[in-house]
Amino acid sequence: MTDFIEQFGVWGGLGMAVAQILAFAIVLLISLAFLLLMDRKVWAAVQMRKGPNVVGAFGLLQSFADFFKFVFKEIVVPAGADRSLYLLAPLITLILAFVTWAVVPAAPGWVIADLNVGLLYLFAMSSLGVYGIIIGGWASNSKYPFLGALRSAAQMVSYEVSIGFIIVTVLLFAGSMNLSEIIEMQAGGFWNWNVLSFHAWPMPMFLVMIPMAVIFFISALAETNRPPFDLPEAESELVAGYQVEYSSTPYLLFMVGEYLNIVLMCAMTSILFFGGWNDPFGLDVSGWPYLASHAWYFFWFAAKIVFFFFMFAMVKALVPRYRYDQLMRLGWKIFLPISLAAVALVGAAVVYGPQG
Amino acid sequence: MLANLAFWAFSGVAIFSALMVVIARNPVRSVLFLILAFFSAAGLFVLLGAEFLAMLLIVVYVGAVAVLFLFVVMMLDVDFTELKQGFLSYLPLGGLVAIILAVELGMIGMTWQASDQAMALRDAAIPEGMTNIEALGLVIYDQYVYFFQAAGLVLLVAMIGAIVLTLRHKPGVRRQSVSAQVGRDRKDAVTMHDIKPGQGIGE
Repeated sequence: MTDFIEQFGVWGGLGMAVAQILAFAIVLLISLAFLLLMDRKVWAAVQMRKGPNVVGAFGLLQSFADFFKFVFKEIVVPAGADRSLYLLAPLITLILAFVTWAVVPAAPGWVIADLNVGLLYLFAMSSLGVYGIIIGGWASNSKYPFLGALRSAAQMVSYEVSIGFIIVTVLLFAGSMNLSEIIEMQAGGFWNWNVLSFHAWPMPMFLVMIPMAVIFFISALAETNRPPFDLPEAESELVAGYQVEYSSTPYLLFMVGEYLNIVLMCAMTSILFFGGWNDPFGLDVSGWPYLASHAWYFFWFAAKIVFFFFMFAMVKALVPRYRYDQLMRLGWKIFLPISLAAVALVGAAVVYGPQG
Repeated sequence: MLANLAFWAFSGVAIFSALMVVIARNPVRSVLFLILAFFSAAGLFVLLGAEFLAMLLIVVYVGAVAVLFLFVVMMLDVDFTELKQGFLSYLPLGGLVAIILAVELGMIGMTWQASDQAMALRDAAIPEGMTNIEALGLVIYDQYVYFFQAAGLVLLVAMIGAIVLTLRHKPGVRRQSVSAQVGRDRKDAVTMHDIKPGQGIGE
């Protein structure tokens, strides 16, 4: 934003910054509409159904139809609910989900805020996501939402710990918390991506980083309350968890926030482990015209996000739900020690390897 | 101008929410205002150029500690209107303590003397040519590494103490053993009995 202000003056700069944020948000929302459809289509295909296919060709406009349905319904606030907090909760979820995207670079330079502590910012904002759920569950003043909120809070806090350690392994390699620098470090072919990390050759770091990528993916599922870890909204036990009392637009906000977080986790997986905007062959496109090279970068980033979203959808369709104690055991007794050991190994590799 | 505006906004919100922590009727709202206060403090850190500390404040205090606060307060069934009944009778004593504390703080503030070096450091909070994290890492892990590790050890001892105090081994508790469950096969789990009609298994 300071660049814009230097270039266009205070008001012009502010306007440019707002326009940039709006453009980013609108692109994000429209792609989210189609990702949602893809989620349902994949799920349907696994179960040998057709999925939504009525609104628009192949059901392409289904998400927009759902949007208008939600918006035009009546907002019901339960009689015993804490009215202001009840309506604040979905807003918090949505705002935090959007705010997190500010540091995600879609192509070189295509980022709203290129923070030095971008990775930590992502981590901090995703750890705040739990508040929307707790407040929503509590303010509903109802048993099932409250139980769902408590479960969800415990789950998110547990899995954040292992996510934190996994992030540390990546930033030890990169030596920076700036997301653009982390991506640039992985340039030059898929063997340089952090998941294989041949940039640390002759240290065989892929032995550590492949498990880390898998653990990160599973933790991301738990962090976003996706199946098989969707215990906060386990319909056989808690009806719909913290969302039971929500209807119409507040419910829509919750859902959009949740899916934005899921797509964010896909983006994070691709940035941290799969090279972000880098293509897998190490093609040198720096000589291309600006728009062409950036479209190329953006294509790979988007392709990776869509691929991981497909994985999320497949997991939802294929894996049965975990039991709560199994979930906690997985987080605290398996993922936490493994990721802690990985931090030590990667630290040693950085100190004694070629970079050190 | 924008930085000034942001400063006044953040500090205003911080003071307002700190007041509301005390004033709010509902304890859950108090905790939420506390979180807002943390958040505004993080914003002030960012304005100072200490973005790493700001993020840590959010991750540690807002993301973890305050969640636990909120947990406890939500689960407690305390009638806070009843607790506030004695407000007036405690007012004189509490007011006296508050005045004494304020006077002491004022006296300390008047006699405070900072060395020139410290004042110079305060003027340049961010070292030139390196990021927050590098600067902090150099101080914590190079200059004061032993103190830092000692502090870590103290925390470790505290953690072990808390675990030792609360850990009780109850006899007769049936725990899940995942390896035993996974290692079970058909031979252990299924036995065939040839039952004659009208007799039962007879074990």
